[in-house]
Amino acid sequence: MVAHLLRLKLTLLRNSVRRSPWQLVGLGIGTLYALGLVGLGITGLLFLRGADAGVAQTVVVLGGAAALLGWAVVPVAASAADLTLDPARFTTFAVPMPQLLTGLALGGLIGIPGTATTLVALGTVGTWSWSLPGVAGALVGAFLGVLSCIVLSKVVTTATAGLASSRRFKDASAVIFLIPLVLMGPIVAGVAEGIAGSGDFLTGLARTLSWTPAGAAWSLGGEMAAGSYGAAAIKFLIALATLAGLALCWKALLQRALVTPPYAGTFRKRAGGLGFFGLFPATPTGAVAARCLSYWLRDPRYSGSLVVVPLLPVLFLFQATQTGSYGMLLFVGPLTAFLLAWSISTDVSYDNTAFALHLSTGISGVQDRLGRAVACLVFALPVVLALSALPFLLGADWQLLPGVLGLSLGVLFSGLGLSSVVSARYTAAVPLPGDSPFKKPPGNVAQTLAVQFGGMGVLLLLVVPETALLVAQFVTGSAVPGWINLVLGPVLGLALFAAGVRLGGKWLDARGPELLAQLAVNR
Amino acid sequence: MTLELPHPPAPENQAGQAVPALSLRGLAKRFGDKIAVDGISLDVPAGSFYGIVGPNGAGKTTTLSMATGLLRPEFGTAFVHGVDVWKRPLEAKKLMGILPDGVRLFDRLTGEQLVSYAGLLRGMDKGVVATRVRELLAALDLGPDAGTLVVDYSAGMTKKIALASALIHAPRLLVLDEPFESVDPVSAANIRDILDRYVASGGTVIVSSHVMDLVQRMCDHVAVVAAGRVLAAGTVDAVRAGATLEDRFVQLVGGRNHTEGLEWLRTF
Repeated sequence: MVAHLLRLKLTLLRNSVRRSPWQLVGLGIGTLYALGLVGLGITGLLFLRGADAGVAQTVVVLGGAAALLGWAVVPVAASAADLTLDPARFTTFAVPMPQLLTGLALGGLIGIPGTATTLVALGTVGTWSWSLPGVAGALVGAFLGVLSCIVLSKVVTTATAGLASSRRFKDASAVIFLIPLVLMGPIVAGVAEGIAGSGDFLTGLARTLSWTPAGAAWSLGGEMAAGSYGAAAIKFLIALATLAGLALCWKALLQRALVTPPYAGTFRKRAGGLGFFGLFPATPTGAVAARCLSYWLRDPRYSGSLVVVPLLPVLFLFQATQTGSYGMLLFVGPLTAFLLAWSISTDVSYDNTAFALHLSTGISGVQDRLGRAVACLVFALPVVLALSALPFLLGADWQLLPGVLGLSLGVLFSGLGLSSVVSARYTAAVPLPGDSPFKKPPGNVAQTLAVQFGGMGVLLLLVVPETALLVAQFVTGSAVPGWINLVLGPVLGLALFAAGVRLGGKWLDARGPELLAQLAVNR
Repeated sequence: MTLELPHPPAPENQAGQAVPALSLRGLAKRFGDKIAVDGISLDVPAGSFYGIVGPNGAGKTTTLSMATGLLRPEFGTAFVHGVDVWKRPLEAKKLMGILPDGVRLFDRLTGEQLVSYAGLLRGMDKGVVATRVRELLAALDLGPDAGTLVVDYSAGMTKKIALASALIHAPRLLVLDEPFESVDPVSAANIRDILDRYVASGGTVIVSSHVMDLVQRMCDHVAVVAAGRVLAAGTVDAVRAGATLEDRFVQLVGGRNHTEGLEWLRTF
């Protein structure tokens, strides 16, 4: 039965690739990325072989505990739990519980995260390879540790399944999860500073953790290598008890979950206001803008980018305090303009087949394009203006303000124009409506990447005049190019915007049905 | 698609006759190696309640998509009240209300917002939209859920809100793909009443369905489609020729296997 379950998982994996060769390319890219990380991890672990045993033990235990934490938190927070072998689908098959649990746990090893964790865990064998007992301990530790990771992740996802299936929780968690992800740099830097400042604290933390379920398994190699067999025996028992305890928890939770399917309660609401539809003019363009704006707030795939925007200045400020130079901060305005303008380049793909409504109502392409761009402009324009001015409030040279403003506006309008063309012509592999923004999208990932990078390249070319003027101002120190930029940026940008909306609209009118057919492939 | 196949003349050429609400002329579509629709020609008289029935994969949805401007046919075209859907799409789409099957809705809008959106996209006046939305939601028993997001609707409610979006602009022709799927019997009866009154006042309805009983009771005309071709078309009474529509359908389409074997199923 266990073999059946594993074969099922492999077949599902293979079939998901078979849908199109591009899926294989996407999987290949994901694998390469994971391989890179794994290679880095293993190299580090092998490097620790020559380091002081105490340091090696600290790193391995803390790393292992972090992996455990990651396996517990990420699937829930990102609502990206691997559901290829969803236990709910086995309810009608009367699979004996022990076999089901073993099969699902081992099945968790198949796939990129499982394989990567296993490989890095086996890397610890290399760390202790100078001592035979160390190797044995590390092997056992890796086995127990990796299984604990997977079972813990199952416990957490099963326990929160009811919560996680509610749409509100999914929407909120996906957006909130973005915050630590964006601030990863400062967080890592802060932690690194902590390590540099208080090495003793971490050593102490690792020593404590190694006696708890979080670190016991990972410390086995170090204890065995150091020859403290007594401690190793106790930690082995702790690790074994951890795994057994987690497995029992999982079994109990699963038994209950299988007979009580999650119920996402809904509450009914009578007719209320029309929201943005009441605020925009009652024209097709206004309706599209109102609809898009509602989506910017309600759909986590859009609101994710809204959360990132206020974090950008934080990132730049952090970078500025680290390096002591505010040079990069000057560009937070143009960069935000770039991100927001480019974010609607996949607008039609985000609609998915709901786009059929636009097609069947016979709205003209230009109205469609303009409505989407206006929805973005409504909040992007004030945000970009404010962020462009921000560095000057913090002490940058006011002489540069006109030039930076010109560049920001140029990027914003040119970008919206280009996005209007791109989203009318190309569909992108994006998460489906209702899915988490982190979920691996179905469809042609390779083409998406090509179009996205190609488009960004074109956008960089389109704003060459504004960039050149700003550079000229930097080089000459004269204020004149800056003032020219303040005029040229918006004028050139608006011209490109108008051209983009018209061209995109024309293409949309001509190829609407073809676009819908492309969207239907990734349903 | 540059190749023009000779197909029967457009309905405008038939002088002296009433212009059909929908006429399909040699519609054909291929997906890869599979021919989904193999040259369908059909006239739907104005003021009729027309059923399109066929087994799974017969090409019903593909045909209706091509007839309504959602999927470009490889050959042939469609006329709505004499307007070529593929040459003058904007005019043709004004005349039609469409409930497509298997497409998503903008489901992060509330029901009320979604139907209003469909009206506003068609350039309708704000006040008219507001009145019609209220009446439509009440008629389809969606009043208490008007402010709920469509994503939180049940399958039947989703069907109903999509139907409301198709009705909002008072089209002359309604094309409904599987309108009664997962709709509860009470709502289905209400929808049938609405459609009956609509037809009585001169509108034309085309529904596709699997449920023969429903089509026999509800429609006055029917076309039987299988493997991308029309097997029979005409008034319901003419097509069923005395038998029930279901028996006639099975007879036309074939594929009943007189089950032998499976004896073990009786051995428990």
